[in-house]
Amino acid sequence: MTQIVKMQGMNKFFGKLHVLKDINLSVEQGEVVVIIGASGSGKSTLIRCVNGLEAFESGTLEVDSHPLEPKSGNPGSLAEIRKEVGMVFQQFNLFPHLTVKKNIMLAPMKVKNAPQVIANATAERLLNRVGIGSQADKYPSHLSGGQQQRVAIARALAMEPRLMLFDEPTSALDPEMIGEVLDVMRELAKEGMTMMVVTHEMGFAREVADRVIYIHEGQIVEEGKPADVFDNPQNERTQAFLSRVLAH
Amino acid sequence: MEFQFQFDWQAAINSIPFLLKGIPYTLLISFGGLAIGFALGILFGLLSINKKWFLKWPATAYIEIFRGTPILVQVLFIFYGLPDLIGGPIDPLTAGIAAIALNSGAYISEVVRGGVQSIDKGQTEAGLSLGLSRTQTFWSIIWPQAFRRMIPPLGNQAIVSIKDTSLFSVIGVGELVRQGQIYIANTFTAFEVYFVVAILYLAITLTLSLILRLAERRGLASV
Repeated sequence: MTQIVKMQGMNKFFGKLHVLKDINLSVEQGEVVVIIGASGSGKSTLIRCVNGLEAFESGTLEVDSHPLEPKSGNPGSLAEIRKEVGMVFQQFNLFPHLTVKKNIMLAPMKVKNAPQVIANATAERLLNRVGIGSQADKYPSHLSGGQQQRVAIARALAMEPRLMLFDEPTSALDPEMIGEVLDVMRELAKEGMTMMVVTHEMGFAREVADRVIYIHEGQIVEEGKPADVFDNPQNERTQAFLSRVLAH
Repeated sequence: MEFQFQFDWQAAINSIPFLLKGIPYTLLISFGGLAIGFALGILFGLLSINKKWFLKWPATAYIEIFRGTPILVQVLFIFYGLPDLIGGPIDPLTAGIAAIALNSGAYISEVVRGGVQSIDKGQTEAGLSLGLSRTQTFWSIIWPQAFRRMIPPLGNQAIVSIKDTSLFSVIGVGELVRQGQIYIANTFTAFEVYFVVAILYLAITLTLSLILRLAERRGLASV
């Protein structure tokens, strides 16, 4: 099996704050890894290191056999990695000055020099796939939160990524819109997309994840199949966290 | 003795053709200077938010110097001072345009800096995560949004600069105020003539305000 992500002994600091401690983690092609943990535990920082939005201080990181180096980040690899890794953000981060369709067409045209007709066709296909084909010519601000996040997923997919990173994709959504976004992610997982997902949606993690990772204060303290982690956590910190989030 | 003052409408109307000759100079200095000032503002505004000290410091120095000294001193320095340095005279029109350019450039740098910094960091992250370079991210994602936010303060600066050109009568450019002074020297109708001069400035700035308001509305409509 191909390893898409390989982290070894990775450390990350924000000033004096040690946010990631000796992270060893690899993700296989086609695998869905869900990362859970309390806020401030370092789970978002972890996936932001994968596409170089955060630099790290020591250790090694390889993404799709492109090595990223500590600190500087290795600009050549970084450009390659970002072409192959899509990311979905908590706040959507759609481009408000472009229509939904143009949001999706921008990267293929700028980065891959895709002709406009091709980029246009791709955008329409992806919008239909995430169920909002009829909204193509609207501006993001005219869409609901759930629709915006689905556009953001389509925008990332337009680059035909080998890996998708999801950074709390449903945390900014009204409860009634969470389902439609999770549905799209579930579909992606079913089609074999490699995914790293930071989320508080434990139901989704249990159902879709191949592997669940629990992070506490920058360390991976528990890792395993969802059934094992959720029903039979070994570490007492995991037990405490799960009893807090699953109690209600 | 009785003091009576009457506004002499005829004198006011008679002065208009002579005063109008000053308008092309006023507009040329304002908009010529502002066009260069806009280019300077983009350049130094972006340099001033650069992380590299050898780009940031000179830009910051330029901004502080031209915001921190009166434009009247700047234009006097350019017109009377600089010829000593370059060994030849500078014509008043060039000096006027240069003063507006350098002065408005400093203020526009701050407008550019503020506009760019007001755009959420998530926009840059989204661009980079899609594989766009920093340059591509800036010009296709950040700049168009920042520019829209810059329109009102840019309009404000344009109005300030138009009014600043009135100071350049001191170096003898035949702009609006200078034309007024010449006319008054022959007719002694100061009240009427300065009244018309003021109205003409108002006509220019109000027209500009109106255009900007329309531009702003069109810009906002698409967001």
